[in-house]
Amino acid sequence: MIEGIGLEYFLILSTIVFFTGIYGFLTRKNLITILMSTELILNAVNINFVAFNKYLYPEKLEGQFFALFVIAIAATEVAVAIAIIISLYRRLKTIDVEKANEMKY
Amino acid sequence: MTLENLLLMRHELVLSVTALVVLLSELILSKDDTKKVIPLLVFLFLINTVIGFLPAKSGELFGGMYRTTGLIILMKNILNIGVFIVFIQSAGWLKSNVTGFENMGGYFFILISSLIGMDFMISSGDFLMFYIGLELATIPLAALVASEKLKEKSSEAGVKLILNAALSSGILLFGISLLYGTTGSVYFYKVAQGFYYNTLQVLAFMFIFTGIAFKISIVPFHLWTADVYEGAPVNVTSFLSVVSKASAVFILVILLFTVFHSIIDVWNDILYYTAVLTMTIGNLFAIRQQNLKRFLAFSSIAQAGFIPLGIIGGTTLGFSSVIYFLLIYLFSNLGAFGVVAAVSNATGKENMNDYDGFYQTNKALSLVMMLSLFSLAGIPPVAGFFGKFFLFTSAAREGYFLLVFIAVVNATISLYYYLLVVKAMFINKNENPIQKISSDGYMKASLILCTLGIILIGFAGYIFEFINSLTFGVK
Repeated sequence: MIEGIGLEYFLILSTIVFFTGIYGFLTRKNLITILMSTELILNAVNINFVAFNKYLYPEKLEGQFFALFVIAIAATEVAVAIAIIISLYRRLKTIDVEKANEMKY
Repeated sequence: MTLENLLLMRHELVLSVTALVVLLSELILSKDDTKKVIPLLVFLFLINTVIGFLPAKSGELFGGMYRTTGLIILMKNILNIGVFIVFIQSAGWLKSNVTGFENMGGYFFILISSLIGMDFMISSGDFLMFYIGLELATIPLAALVASEKLKEKSSEAGVKLILNAALSSGILLFGISLLYGTTGSVYFYKVAQGFYYNTLQVLAFMFIFTGIAFKISIVPFHLWTADVYEGAPVNVTSFLSVVSKASAVFILVILLFTVFHSIIDVWNDILYYTAVLTMTIGNLFAIRQQNLKRFLAFSSIAQAGFIPLGIIGGTTLGFSSVIYFLLIYLFSNLGAFGVVAAVSNATGKENMNDYDGFYQTNKALSLVMMLSLFSLAGIPPVAGFFGKFFLFTSAAREGYFLLVFIAVVNATISLYYYLLVVKAMFINKNENPIQKISSDGYMKASLILCTLGIILIGFAGYIFEFINSLTFGVK
């Protein structure tokens, strides 16, 4: 618990981060940046879990454990995603999503 | 924890052992007989499927994080059958070496890992286990979709799948975090106790529904489906369209019936509109497809649109008809994909007009294809008709007559484009049709299995009664 800072500050922050991530995911052209946007989304989730845990339910640690698992699984997801992006780069020589448009509609 | 308790998670344990044996056997075998992995795996997986049908107890493990009931075991068995058929269908593809795959053990290992994830997801008792299972089911699949290193389409499809999966699981997790904030727990039964028409909780439900709708490819979230299905190797596509989709539907129904049952009005509305959208858009886009894999992708989106008809209203009869429909859909779709895989492996042709005059040269294959497509369209007397019939009945019993009417219209539209393929195979003339394909024994066995399933399940009334006896009292 931090003096003078309520739960709502954390929730506003996490919501902003979450929607920044969604916005970035939808507008960015670079695959790595899109991947970073999904990381923003997951980090917003982590802020939520930890803040709820600390402020509302401090007697149990479910929220913190959940955040730990989210971090670990996000790492595996990024590992696979980067590997696939590299294999796409070898074919296309670019990581611009606009160029990865062989299949449409 | 005693051994007897541990045996509650029999499905996952046997699968893990199978996966490890396959992975290690490749190290032991010499370079020249790596192909022996296939019969070994098929044998082990057959044992696993049979073991799954042995009677089992229901119970809970790990403080309620893992639970199993007769119904959950039935769902896992259905998934097992689907994966078994996918495995025997992929034998020919793996042997052909067009893939750039150095080790076949890796292919089987990844698919089995994904299946283990689905099993854990279905038996999860809290949102943490559910999330881990979901990721274990999705991430390995992305690697497999991108596994054809020599094809540009394959890695493009892989990128599309993994990014969409990451986005959808992020949205899902945001919903779970809001649920945790309002109820103070991530256990299903505790969340259900603290759940009511609170605006924040309804919002959390919307996020979670969106996350799962990505996996089932319900319409506003279906955009990745066609591209991934087209770019992936055919057998991975059939896994995605049948097993992956079925497992996501199972967990969606379980969540709606247990955790979110108190806001049934909200999800009835959502399911109503998404069902109409999914059926219509899936059908309209399927009409204009030329690539057969892409065509089957849109047809599978349209089929997913029928599933909400059973869920809507929240009745146990609807639940049974959803499971029954998915069981039939599994055989029909795998039959169709099996033929596409056989042709694609032998000739590399995947377009609809390549199939002109297919019946002249490949009588058996085109008959299987015709039966599967009739079953997908829902023409009696094949099983697909009964699957749709029960779904429509359960929606009509709840009073959704307009929805049933729209569904029937859509089933008729779908008949048009399924018949286009049948017409191409049987009626269209072609100077040089695809030459005679001699598929191996595995492929033949899988197609015979699918055909038997399509013909027999509709007439075996006790299957539906058995499912109905298991769903009784789920709420």
